[in-house]
Amino acid sequence: MTDTAELSGGRLGPLHLEHLALGAAMVPFAGWAMPLRYSSDLAEHQAVRAAAGLFDLSHMGEIRVAGAQAGAALDYALVGDLSAVGVGRARYTMMCAADGGVVDDLVVYRTRADEYLVVANASNADVVRAELELRCAGFEARVTDESAWTALVAVQGPRAQEIVTAVTAPADAGAVAELRYYTGLPATVAGARVLAARTGYTGEDGFELFVPAAQAAELWRALLAAGGPRGLVPAGLAARDSLRLEAGMPLYGNELDRTTTPYDAGLGRVVKLDKTGADGAPLDFVGRGPLEARKGSEPARVLVGLRGIGRRAARRGYPVVRSATKPDVVVGHVTSGAPSPTLGHPIAMAYVTPEVSALGTVLAVDVRGRTEPVCVEALPFYRRAQ
Amino acid sequence: MSTFPADLSYTAEHEWLAAGDPVTFGITDTASEALGDIVYLELPSVGTQITAGAVCGEVESTKSVSELFSPVSGTVVEVNQSAVDDPATVNSDPYGAGWLIKATVTGTGPLLTAAEYRELTAG
Repeated sequence: MTDTAELSGGRLGPLHLEHLALGAAMVPFAGWAMPLRYSSDLAEHQAVRAAAGLFDLSHMGEIRVAGAQAGAALDYALVGDLSAVGVGRARYTMMCAADGGVVDDLVVYRTRADEYLVVANASNADVVRAELELRCAGFEARVTDESAWTALVAVQGPRAQEIVTAVTAPADAGAVAELRYYTGLPATVAGARVLAARTGYTGEDGFELFVPAAQAAELWRALLAAGGPRGLVPAGLAARDSLRLEAGMPLYGNELDRTTTPYDAGLGRVVKLDKTGADGAPLDFVGRGPLEARKGSEPARVLVGLRGIGRRAARRGYPVVRSATKPDVVVGHVTSGAPSPTLGHPIAMAYVTPEVSALGTVLAVDVRGRTEPVCVEALPFYRRAQ
Repeated sequence: MSTFPADLSYTAEHEWLAAGDPVTFGITDTASEALGDIVYLELPSVGTQITAGAVCGEVESTKSVSELFSPVSGTVVEVNQSAVDDPATVNSDPYGAGWLIKATVTGTGPLLTAAEYRELTAG
């Protein structure tokens, strides 16, 4: 066996002691010590699909942008049309560099007419904050990094609504239950004032609760207590990764990075080239020129889903080859891959050249020196029953 | 917590070895905990010649994959088909029902005692 264990290290979040008490295996992740799993990654994954899982996402960055021109500032700083997002709504969007490369993928909540909450990946939170400060400088908009005193707890799974509303103040429970996907509102949950949002990263229904760090442990325990009898278990990063891969959701650092545009990743829809200012004129935003050019050109590579036909899973970085009989013709690389707990066969995402990207194309992946056949399949691999 | 049965020998690559004729080996508790839930085992077929220190199989979990290094040189005489059919056995009982391979031995690679292996994994 090669040693796969890593020593725990990094910043300790507000729920660190809760994780230790639950016996979590802690690993370093984006500079934080995070729970990889509590007992079994498979059981945690399956609990989210069948009932519910409780996730600590306190490592994520929360950056507030407020002021009379907050919307206009974000329209310039990000690729989306944030001023068009209604109060109480959320939007999946991206920050791109001047050359069109992805700096980070983000979820932005419009909390008030003049206020937004930008949620960044932990690994990019500092860069996103610094870039927002630069890009918002010409606008009447203040950028405040609230990550240090904000915790984020997610409840994901078909029983999430039942569990979250069980610990929500009666006056707010109805409104929380009625939240639609990608909306959020302030609510009192387990005695804490939180931003309760119907968002997630698992392919299931669920909630993300932004809570003051000082009240995070109380919220965490209340959700565990209310959820336990309903099948909820605490779930770690391992389950989070296998769930998002089944749901075909990109992970920054795997499917997205500075050398990737949103179009490469099949996410060109987030780039709003047609956004306009109050005067109706097209709005400039960082990355606009190169992104416009990229949209009109033939892509060099395309992000696809791959279904493994054999048992051995393709993993991140493995070469995708033309076929098992032509293993020397490399047509792409795997960005994420694992045996799918829900589907029972290996799945992967990969960037490949366009001519081999059609659904149903049979390719192969060089899995540690031996090829395994794969088939190009539509994303997501898993879609929950509505 | 990981366990380290005193009657077994160990390798630095996290295999355990039980003496006998044939010998029996598998992966340690420490290794199975690090991998997480094991979902797939690829083991050599009976009759395969294996070499101490060389790769003789793969152990795959949802999160990662590890190669299995043979602690001995010799010939595979039996593989644990019930573990192949239900790889979770390797997590739940790595030193017992989760054994992987039985082999006749012509030579042995460098081995550690339980105390030495415990010391190695403590770091």
